[in-house]
Amino acid sequence: MEQQNTATAHHVLPLSLYFTVAGVLFVLTGITVAISFVHFGEFNIIVAMLIATVKASLVALYFMHLKYDNKLFMAVFLSSLIFLGLFLTLTMTDTMHRGDIDPIKEHPIKKEAVFYNK
Amino acid sequence: MSVATTANYLNEEKGLKSWLFTLDHKRIGMMYLFAVMIAFFLGGVFAILIRLELLNPGQDFFTADTYNQLFTLHGAVMIFLFIIPAIPAALGNFVLPLMLGAKDVAFPRLNLASFYIYVVGALFALYSIVAGAVDTGWTFYTPYSTTTSTSVISMTLGAFILGFSSIFTGVNFIATIHKLRAPGMTWFKMPLMVWALYATSIIQVLATPVLGITLLLLIIERTIGIGIFDPAMGGDPVLFQHFFWFYSHPAVYIMILPGMGIISELVTTFSKKKIFGYKLIAYSSLGIALISFLVWGHHMFTSGQSEFSSMVFSFLTFFVGIPSGIKMFNWLATMYKGRITFEAPMLYTIAFMFLFAIGGLTGIMLGAISIDIHMHDTYFVVAHFHYTMMGGTVIAFLGGMHYWWPKIWGRMYSEKWARVAWALIFVGFNVTFFTQFFLGSQGMPRRYYNYLDQYQPLHMYSTYGSWMLGVGFLIMAYYLIYSIYKGPKAPNNPWGGLTMEWQTTSPPIQHNFEEQPVLEHEPYDYDTRMVVNDQLIKKEDVKEKENINV
Ligand code: HEM
Ligand SMILES: [Cu+2]
Repeated sequence: MEQQNTATAHHVLPLSLYFTVAGVLFVLTGITVAISFVHFGEFNIIVAMLIATVKASLVALYFMHLKYDNKLFMAVFLSSLIFLGLFLTLTMTDTMHRGDIDPIKEHPIKKEAVFYNK
Repeated sequence: MSVATTANYLNEEKGLKSWLFTLDHKRIGMMYLFAVMIAFFLGGVFAILIRLELLNPGQDFFTADTYNQLFTLHGAVMIFLFIIPAIPAALGNFVLPLMLGAKDVAFPRLNLASFYIYVVGALFALYSIVAGAVDTGWTFYTPYSTTTSTSVISMTLGAFILGFSSIFTGVNFIATIHKLRAPGMTWFKMPLMVWALYATSIIQVLATPVLGITLLLLIIERTIGIGIFDPAMGGDPVLFQHFFWFYSHPAVYIMILPGMGIISELVTTFSKKKIFGYKLIAYSSLGIALISFLVWGHHMFTSGQSEFSSMVFSFLTFFVGIPSGIKMFNWLATMYKGRITFEAPMLYTIAFMFLFAIGGLTGIMLGAISIDIHMHDTYFVVAHFHYTMMGGTVIAFLGGMHYWWPKIWGRMYSEKWARVAWALIFVGFNVTFFTQFFLGSQGMPRRYYNYLDQYQPLHMYSTYGSWMLGVGFLIMAYYLIYSIYKGPKAPNNPWGGLTMEWQTTSPPIQHNFEEQPVLEHEPYDYDTRMVVNDQLIKKEDVKEKENINV
């Protein structure tokens, strides 16, 4: 019953907080654009994803009130991310390592394979 | 229908409409039971036809194409229409609120919606049979599934829709278990069946959406060719297998976990002994649910996935054996020095332990890359998963059905015929599938309608076994249906169980309990309680009064 209260009670945040968060989001967007002119090679994607993740978290935490809601919602939200991460990571143990030992595996099926002569 | 004297959920409201629009979890469970039994029958007919074709080498009854359709339909119907909903949605629906001491599930309307979504999904699947049955195997692997001319879309759309029904059940059960436990029933005083259903629900909710996405991607690939799986357009066909098994390996635990829950109930009731290692069994259900998400690549050792990936998945696969083994040994320890009786449900429990041990251990064998390279796509794999799914889940389902049958209908079935059917099914099952381990290890490939002469004797035995199984199931259908109409009235607690579903009438009244039950003892307190003529008594009271040893 106690749980229900915290879940439904409206937590009113000061307007200034919203503006601060919005400001940070704009700044981060700026950084994303600026950084696209710098080349990090392989790390391009990592940097971009890092900034995007921070932005998404800010939106979820403040604008979507996840930070002040019942912690159960947070757990559900996080576990969905963890599971996505799990899926990607374990799939990447495959896709990043094809051909390490047996070069034939590098390309799943040759594009010239008879099968594709439709 | 039944002429039970008192008002109960079966006779309180009458007529077809009162069933179709019911919100009562017991009636919805029974409608599910009816539906999954039809699916089981249909899948069974396909199975008998497959075995018939394999009785002799060469083409006897069906062409190669028809044969491909038969095994696909057999697999798809058995998995998506029967085994996934069978225990949770049919039996689980009936017993979960009763075991918790609740009036119903948390969301009765969602429960009914889940049933009708199941029906719609089933209709799509059935339509695909008429409209040029699928021939891809139940796994729908690309690139074949994106190019075959059979009705892949309606079947996958069916499975997609069925997924929602499964998710609804899962969400409903999670909420029910969190919110509707009887006063006094803390998490570690819940029956183990409830723990098993809880773990199952988590997998249903987490994994099923991935199946939905996978099948949707497949449909999009087929219709507008976006090139996710087609290498000609930069796609990757092996990616489909990653997607598919990310759902389907956890799905095998959607199938087996509730079966293990049933076995935990049955083994204590019929050993009249407190369960050994309650917490370990409960935690191992969660452990299985978790590990099940980390091992899917063991289905792909020969798919062309990287060697590194195979190594990782093989390593992780071995861990699945641990929680399964924990359960197995705890059940055995529960039986040790128990006062075991061998009524039909217990016979199924024992059959389960034999068969699931074989199924699980051969799974570990297949998890070793060096062995799987040889065994993959042979009859060895077919034998393995039948030992787990049929020898495990279906046998547990039958055990549970016999166990709760008197509660469901208020009638007893014939114990004698139940034993006959059990014996036929147990022996028939082993004759059918044990032979397939030999066939597979000698190189007989899976999904072929023809074979070399050298395999004939074993194939013949396997087909004979399937007939035995068929007869066993027909007998069961007969005595069970007969018992609904003519069986002797069942007592409230025919097996002397201590969980809450036995504290209400057989069949239960519409709202399950006259008044809110309160948990007074743990679910398996057989060391201090016993049931005599439906009355729960404390053993010490008996000792004092009669000064006898109980
Ligand atoms: C100790 C636990 C288990 C282990 C280690 C295990 C391991 C494996 C492995 C390695 C394969 C792949 C074989 C191959 O295709 O070459 C496999 C296939 C399969 N297993 Fe299991 N398994 C276990 C339990 C189960 C359970 C409980 C079920 C179902 C209730 C199940 C159902 C299946 C099915 C359906 C397939 C074949 C899928 C297909 O290709 O159509 N397994 N198992
Ligand atoms: Cu698996």
